[in-house]
Amino acid sequence: WPSPLLLYTELYYSTHDSEVGSLERSRDRHKSRSKDSRSEKSVTINTPPAEPLLGDSAVRSEQVQDDNWGETTTAVTGTSEHSLSQEDIVRITKDLEDSVGLDCRRYFTLTLAVLMGLLVFLTPVAFLALPHLLWQDKLQSCGTACEGLYISVAFKLLILLLAVWALFFRPPRAGLPRVFVFRALLAVLVLLFVLSYWLFYGVRILDSQDENYQGIVQYAVSLVDALLFIHYLAIVLLELRQLQPCFSVCVTRSTDGEIRHYNLGQLSIQRAALAILEHYYCDFPVHNPALLSASKSRAAKHLAGLKVYNVDGMAHSQSRAMIAAAARRRDTSHNELYYEEAEHERRVRKRRARLVVAVEEAFTHVKRMQEEEQKKAPGDVMDPREAAQAIFPSMARALQKYLRTTKQQHCHSMESIQQHLAFCITNNMTPKAFLESYLSPGPTLQYSRDHWLSRQWTLVSEASVTSGLKDGSVFLLKCADFSLVVTSKKIPYIQMSEEYIDPKSHKFVLRLQSETSV
Amino acid sequence: MSFIPGQPVTAVVQRIEIMKLRHGDNLILGFSIGGGIDQDPGQNPFSEDKTDKGIYVTRITPGGPAHDAGLRMGDKIMQVNGWDMTVVTHDKARKRLTKKDEDVVRLLVTRKSLEQAVKQSMGGCPQTVT
Repeated sequence: WPSPLLLYTELYYSTHDSEVGSLERSRDRHKSRSKDSRSEKSVTINTPPAEPLLGDSAVRSEQVQDDNWGETTTAVTGTSEHSLSQEDIVRITKDLEDSVGLDCRRYFTLTLAVLMGLLVFLTPVAFLALPHLLWQDKLQSCGTACEGLYISVAFKLLILLLAVWALFFRPPRAGLPRVFVFRALLAVLVLLFVLSYWLFYGVRILDSQDENYQGIVQYAVSLVDALLFIHYLAIVLLELRQLQPCFSVCVTRSTDGEIRHYNLGQLSIQRAALAILEHYYCDFPVHNPALLSASKSRAAKHLAGLKVYNVDGMAHSQSRAMIAAAARRRDTSHNELYYEEAEHERRVRKRRARLVVAVEEAFTHVKRMQEEEQKKAPGDVMDPREAAQAIFPSMARALQKYLRTTKQQHCHSMESIQQHLAFCITNNMTPKAFLESYLSPGPTLQYSRDHWLSRQWTLVSEASVTSGLKDGSVFLLKCADFSLVVTSKKIPYIQMSEEYIDPKSHKFVLRLQSETSV
Repeated sequence: MSFIPGQPVTAVVQRIEIMKLRHGDNLILGFSIGGGIDQDPGQNPFSEDKTDKGIYVTRITPGGPAHDAGLRMGDKIMQVNGWDMTVVTHDKARKRLTKKDEDVVRLLVTRKSLEQAVKQSMGGCPQTVT
């Protein structure tokens, strides 16, 4: 890792903004790091001062010593190489406003839910308590059956409380663009229901000051029963209905064409999008913009080739002439591509071989110390982090070269590599297990949090996002760098028939062709 | 050689007479047979129709009695001494050819070149066996 010379700057954004912008800009600005911070590290490798891309997050984490550094709001540290333009300021304020707006909506929904919960729970209690408070003297005394009903009300309310807590008061995992239709319908249903019960109670019991207390208690019990049934309806509508797979969706990433297929049940488009995004973070290999540069340069070369002059003044013929001319031109770019790819493949394999050997050798230097030995020789004992730091230098160069060749160097910081090494040593993993995460790009979840680039996704859809998924519906999930194109197909109705095979029916004959001499 | 199920089989045949050669204790003819109704007709390299379960000559000892008599590899044996060989098991065919009290076997064999020769001659009166 190169030794730095100058101070640098970092610009942090809040979580509600796309963090891609910050990453790309910081990568461009970043030349080298402060000398003081480097001296704390025990590793000193002097490689030529090429692009110091692996050192990014290492120093970032040193400067801001808290775990959620990605979540902190805007902060500018040190002197800036580039000045903040007016655009940046406008963008920052807009993002702050957006984030405030989102939180507002979340709290609003939360307070509404809590209010409704309180209303629902206090209603039966109120039904039971109000007669005692208002016309105590006229009221019939509560007999045995009535007191039994008290217990029933109490336990049913307890069950309802637990069930509602389990189903509704889970941490929200996403902010969807439109309101969740089923939840809204259920809320309206509950509200109407409770209001109608209050209406009846108010008119027939409060006004007339009914003395039959047992009837009132039974009325309260019927309310709680009906609430439990509404909760059952909620479970079926919100959770169970979409479990049965109904649609097969095909998700394609627009930049590199990665395709995955998932099975989803009957969901609205926004909920389907949410399910797909959760799968995206686990299944799709991380988006690596460095791999797309080659095809872009080829495309640029194609466009730069011909100059077309419009003689007749007809627009159509110009484009057609251009395409025809391009087709006729003797183009050797396919040749270049072939040899370039072959060369790259060879280079990658060579570096990989060197890396594997270096890592295996490094791992042989570290041995887990047994319990008995620990008491005997407390001399050179190291904890996993120190052991990792000790063996890291021998494999660092090979690893860095390999990551550069496969254009993954910005995904892994030195700190994260050392952490992973310490983790592998602690868990007795082999060198191959340690290397697996570097040899091929893994899912986005595998990388450090600053690579979970967008938590802000835009759903682009021709149909309304609260309408259900249909056969052939297409929508887009856009984030700052790329978009995911989703098409859905209905899973066909499967007609299965049965064929019985008697186990005794398995008989065989030999097919012979013998030759006899006579 | 046409084979229509239910219809008599017609073929152009050649009459071959082989004198058995005494070789020690055995009388040998000098060829090998393959095929039969209990065998797998699909593996027969000589038959045109791969469902034909007839008896075919698979090998001829050069210089042996069969070779001298004019038998060729790939011939289908239709009759042996008057006994039918088109619908027999492999073992039965072997037994018919190796009877110890017979010195001579008179075979009726057919091959594709016979039919072609008849067609080419155009006027030859073929001997048919049904």
